[in-house]
Order: sequence, then C-alpha cells, then structure tokens
Amino acid sequence: MKVGRVAGTVVSTINIPVLDRHRLLLCDLEDAEGGVSGYTIAVDVVDAGVGDKVLILDEGSSARQILGLEWGAIRALVVGIVDELIVDGEERSTT
Amino acid sequence: MHLGRVLGSVVATEKVAGLEGVRLLIVQPLDKHRRPAGQTLVAADAVSMAGPGELVYFVASREAAEALPNRFVPVDHAIVGIVDDTHLEEE
Repeated sequence: MKVGRVAGTVVSTINIPVLDRHRLLLCDLEDAEGGVSGYTIAVDVVDAGVGDKVLILDEGSSARQILGLEWGAIRALVVGIVDELIVDGEERSTT
Repeated sequence: MHLGRVLGSVVATEKVAGLEGVRLLIVQPLDKHRRPAGQTLVAADAVSMAGPGELVYFVASREAAEALPNRFVPVDHAIVGIVDDTHLEEE
C-alpha cells in the first residue's frame, strides 16, 4: 500500500460497468517526507475527502476482494484515512 | 488509473491470437494538470467510445484485460472511462 493525499476528484459518466457508482479520487502519492512522487486515480471505499491523507491499495485481486467482485478492471482503491504518521520517531502532518 | 489523452489509433492486421477485434488507441499519459507526462502507449479501448482528442483514464497491468469482453487477452493498458471533468483542490 502507499500513503497519499486526495488532491481532487474525477468525474466520468462513460466508463466500464464495473466502475459505475464508484467515486474516483485523484490522489498524490507521497514519500515518507511528504514529497509528491506522482499520482494515481483510485476508487474510494472509505468516504475520503479532498485534502485527506489516505492509504492507497494498488493491486487488482485485493481490490476485487474488497469490492466483492470476481473480476473487473479495478486496481487502485483508497482503503483508509490516515490519522497518524510517524517517521523516524517523529509525527508527520496528516493534513 | 491515470489520465491520458487519445492521440490516434493503431491498426495491425498481423498480431498474436487473442487481439482480434480489440480496438487499439495511442494514448499520451498526462499528469494531474493534464500536461503530457511520459511515453505514449497503446491501450485497448474498453469503453468503445474513446476517440482522438478525448480525455480518458486507463488502467495498467493484468487488470487491463479484465476490462475487455474476453478477459483472457494479452493487453497491458486499457481505457476504462472518459473523463468529463477533474476537480483539483487548488483550482
């Protein structure tokens, strides 16, 4: 899993059926120091909001397991909202 | 998944078994501000509605094949949706 921050949302009406009714979050991927190293678009399953520090899962079969799907082209999910992040014994900002 | 811009299409008559009938499009990956980022790639069109100029999002790796009607096809990227809009916090 990766730590990221929700930077925004993606709106799409034409998509593959498995993505219907799912909220898409555009998340910056962050390193341990909070630096941004790219982004990913992930399906939200925890009601995360823009600005939240989140936990991102980027693996297809785990994603399908969470969504209860046998198959489907979904790989990245926002699976948690980070309350606390401690690196080298120091607490990092989660806002 | 990542954002991309469809640049065009690819036609190949001679290809490996399993790719018959798969619509292939050339996609320029974009960063979150819709600026080109990285090398262009060829993606299968799983929404069957993407065309040149369109802002799309695509999935990579094994999951790409899962987007197509025949799920056991040799593809590594697939367009899974057309983007209406993106809303970024700084906008």
